[in-house]
Amino acid sequence: MEHYNMNLTLKVWRQKNKNERGRFETFQVKGISSEMSFLEMFDVLNEQLVAENKEPIAFDHDCREGICGMCSMYINGRAHGPWHQTTTCQLHMREYKDGDTIVVEPWRANSFPVIKDLVVDRSSFDRIIEAGGYISVNTGNAVDANAMPIEKHKADESFAAAACIGCGACVAACPNASAMLFVSAKVSHLALLPQGDPERKIRAVSMIEQMDKEGFGSCTNIGACEAECPKGISLENIARLNREYIGAIFSGDSQNA
Amino acid sequence: MTLNSKIPAGPLESKWKTYKSTCKLVNPANKRQLEVIVIGTGLAGASAAASLGEMGYKVKAFCFQDSPRRAHSIAAQGGINAAKNYQNDGDSTYRLFYDTVKGGDYRSREGNVYRLAEVSANIIDQCVAQGVPFAREYGGLLSNRSFGGTQVQRTFYAAGQTGQQLLIGAYQALERQVAQGNVKMYTRHEMLDIVTIDGKTRGIIARNLVTGELERHFGHAVLLCSGGYGNVFYLSTNAMGSNVTAAWKAHKKGAFFGNPCFTQIHPTCIPVSGDHQSKLTLMSESLRNDGRIWVPKKQGDTRKPNEIPEEERDYYLERRYPAFGNLVPRDVASRAAKERCDAGYGVGSSKQAVYLDFSSAIMRYGRVEANKKGEENASEATIRQWGMDVVKEKYGNLFEMYEKITGENPYVVPMRIYPAVHYTMGGLWVDYELMTTVPGLYALGEANFSDHGANRLGASALMQGLADGYFVIPYTLGNNLANDISVKAISTDHPAFVAAEKEVRDRIERLMNIKGTESVESFHKRLGKIMWDKCGMARNAQGLKEAIEEIKALRKEFYANVRIPGEINEFNPELDKAGRVADFLELGELMCMDALDRNESCGGHFREEYQTPDGEALRQDDQYMFVSAWEYKGESQYELHKEALDYEVVHPSQRSYK
Ligand SMILES: Cc1cc2nc3c(=O)[nH]c(=O)nc-3n(C[C@H](O)[C@H](O)[C@H](O)COP(=O)(O)OP(=O)(O)OC[C@H]3O[C@@H](n4cnc5c(N)ncnc54)[C@H](O)[C@@H]3O)c2cc1C
Ligand code: SF4
Ligand code: FES
Repeated sequence: MEHYNMNLTLKVWRQKNKNERGRFETFQVKGISSEMSFLEMFDVLNEQLVAENKEPIAFDHDCREGICGMCSMYINGRAHGPWHQTTTCQLHMREYKDGDTIVVEPWRANSFPVIKDLVVDRSSFDRIIEAGGYISVNTGNAVDANAMPIEKHKADESFAAAACIGCGACVAACPNASAMLFVSAKVSHLALLPQGDPERKIRAVSMIEQMDKEGFGSCTNIGACEAECPKGISLENIARLNREYIGAIFSGDSQNA
Repeated sequence: MTLNSKIPAGPLESKWKTYKSTCKLVNPANKRQLEVIVIGTGLAGASAAASLGEMGYKVKAFCFQDSPRRAHSIAAQGGINAAKNYQNDGDSTYRLFYDTVKGGDYRSREGNVYRLAEVSANIIDQCVAQGVPFAREYGGLLSNRSFGGTQVQRTFYAAGQTGQQLLIGAYQALERQVAQGNVKMYTRHEMLDIVTIDGKTRGIIARNLVTGELERHFGHAVLLCSGGYGNVFYLSTNAMGSNVTAAWKAHKKGAFFGNPCFTQIHPTCIPVSGDHQSKLTLMSESLRNDGRIWVPKKQGDTRKPNEIPEEERDYYLERRYPAFGNLVPRDVASRAAKERCDAGYGVGSSKQAVYLDFSSAIMRYGRVEANKKGEENASEATIRQWGMDVVKEKYGNLFEMYEKITGENPYVVPMRIYPAVHYTMGGLWVDYELMTTVPGLYALGEANFSDHGANRLGASALMQGLADGYFVIPYTLGNNLANDISVKAISTDHPAFVAAEKEVRDRIERLMNIKGTESVESFHKRLGKIMWDKCGMARNAQGLKEAIEEIKALRKEFYANVRIPGEINEFNPELDKAGRVADFLELGELMCMDALDRNESCGGHFREEYQTPDGEALRQDDQYMFVSAWEYKGESQYELHKEALDYEVVHPSQRSYK
């Protein structure tokens, strides 16, 4: 890889807190190396702002390796930027060239209110999990792990759904701000395993109810979520969730299943 | 004060069983009156909070991220150990215990480690019951792989995302308790001090990171599950927010700090690419199952890796350690890489890297596939393709991660790797019950010093975090809280709460009022450089003495010239970071003091003055067979207490992986 340096124009959403109105602010950054990550470019910008005695830009991040789901930037109109199956923190500056302009916004959804600048409140996701995204087993009650063999392809499929990092890019990418991909990933993860079977009906129904209560939009099969999901969570999960949900409603035992 | 580790009497195999059957219990009605605060929701914290909630305690859990699911444990890649012996390869509780004690270079407690090995099997059962989708074989049973420092296959895994899957299991159990009202979750909150009343920990002061407000919370007991402090080095594989603040504040209130200098440097990380580097990315140790590590035999060789013929490559781990080869423990592998690079054999533009090469594994797996398919005459290219598919299935996400960062394709060009700070074996000193030297204050997971001695074996941190949270604290906490059942919840208007809150407020105001010119980030980087250069992979007395003076000077400069923009009462990440760096600036000094005091090499602590003729760590068992537990006595003042380590079962010997 040839390395190069670049100067960029950044238009970044600034918003003091959830009550105040936000606006874009434009910055110039110089000498950005193609080897930096996108967030390291933001580190450079923030250092520059601190040096100028201005307030740095608030953004969420932690692991910086694509697994915690904390980073959440909407870059040039795309959740997590242009790379396929990549989080913001994994995007690297070799994507850009000298003179480019980059527009950066927070996730935009009513159920994800802005806390400050690029930081949003995603606690609605936790509340959806609380509504039933688990298997009811207390510590110490488990049988031997190999007592129940699980077909490899099922375990693999379950794992693929469980790979969701709860970042919310699916919501940000969806014109309806629907959380169906996120919910379906959890329902699939658990429904595909025998351990998750006893609660599958009530789980699907309760999680959907909570999702609606949080004000997420409805799913109209656009597919933007799958396209922007950094973990490649597939739309097939949404189809499975629909089957689970309809099955539960029609069997009439969603309350005591 | 004499340190009492409270290891139960009796033979090793029955200590924990005896403890469990004789410890005090709290009845259900009383549990509902007892409040427990859990700081942290990583594997240790989430498993503890969920289990205690299930048992009926009133739990409050805190984390600084926006969701408990994002704790740093989420990033663990390679796997979790358990003595299940599913592979029928001779594993047992004893062997896991023995490997861990030996891997830790004989600086851990036998009683603790045996208990860890004993409960390891229950962890896997528990996780599978929760729906953790571990890797499986075609027969539907769980799959295992090898990790460093062992000769059996006892590591359970979920691709390269084991930590994520385990944490999600624990997180879901936690959210279930939140839904039932047994646990109250406080996200985007940072604990900034403990509150002690009549010699017992009775609560905390926390800052709401969204509003900046300080809050008081009462608890009959406080559990610190706040993770490790590797970020004192600035660059590490830890998440950006990982910090020592919770443990450090406890330390300053009387909790002794155990073996602070025991740091693990992980051999396989993506090398530093420039000054902008903000963190380092681990390439899981599981890669050493199949990847072979080498450098050119010729110094300063500038050829591309694929142009260097087989006979001109030095597979130095296989050469030096034929019995364990590429699977030697981490400390050994890291030092060997440093040795080659220092001697001028390093590769890449910085020359601070070695190759991790999958080409032989790809061909080996490809041939197995060809055999399975009955296609003995398949072309080399086809075999390679099949081999790549197998490697992709095993390590796909790690290879992708590497390519995203470096822009190079590791299926074709060997990975470049170099050691990086990864884990801290040191931490708050705890007894067998996981209690610190402050009554009512416990430490679990990476935040304590307990089970890994001077070097942790791969896939053992996840095991320890979950052992502490699911299987140890539910018993040991009850044993102590049984004495507290008549203690009513104390009002947070109690003078001790008022005083603690004022202390915290004063500290924050002091930081904000400095109004200097240099950023927090810049101070952190400077501290990290001192630590890496002088208290890193190799240490010596001279360097450590210099480091102590440099850190003191840097701390002074920090308090005179740090610039923190923004306000106290708002979302202010720069202020959060400033508090954490302020604590690192104190911890760093103690780490250097500890490293200076320990005149021996053991595990990850390598003092250049103490090595064998062939460069291996040379312990001084007659003088240093103890845990160093440091007591805080005021700025730069620490008193050393020693907990002697008695080996009743294992006989410490010079560790050999040859
Ligand atoms: C990249 C990487 C890969 C790894 N892979 C493996 C592996 O394959 N196998 C293995 O066994 N180990 C592995 N490890 C080590 C292992 O992941 C950690 O040691 C372990 O997860 C630590 O868990 P924990 O629960 O102790 O702490 P953490 O997961 O670090 O959690 C700390 C928690 O404390 C909270 N917290 C901290 N301070 C405060 C405060 N002041 N106030 C409020 N909350 C606070 C945080 O919000 C967080 O919730 C790996 C480590 C890294 C860095
Ligand atoms: S489904 Fe994909 S985009 Fe949505 S939260 Fe999960 S990982 Fe993020
Ligand atoms: S910072 Fe963790 S996924 Fe990006």
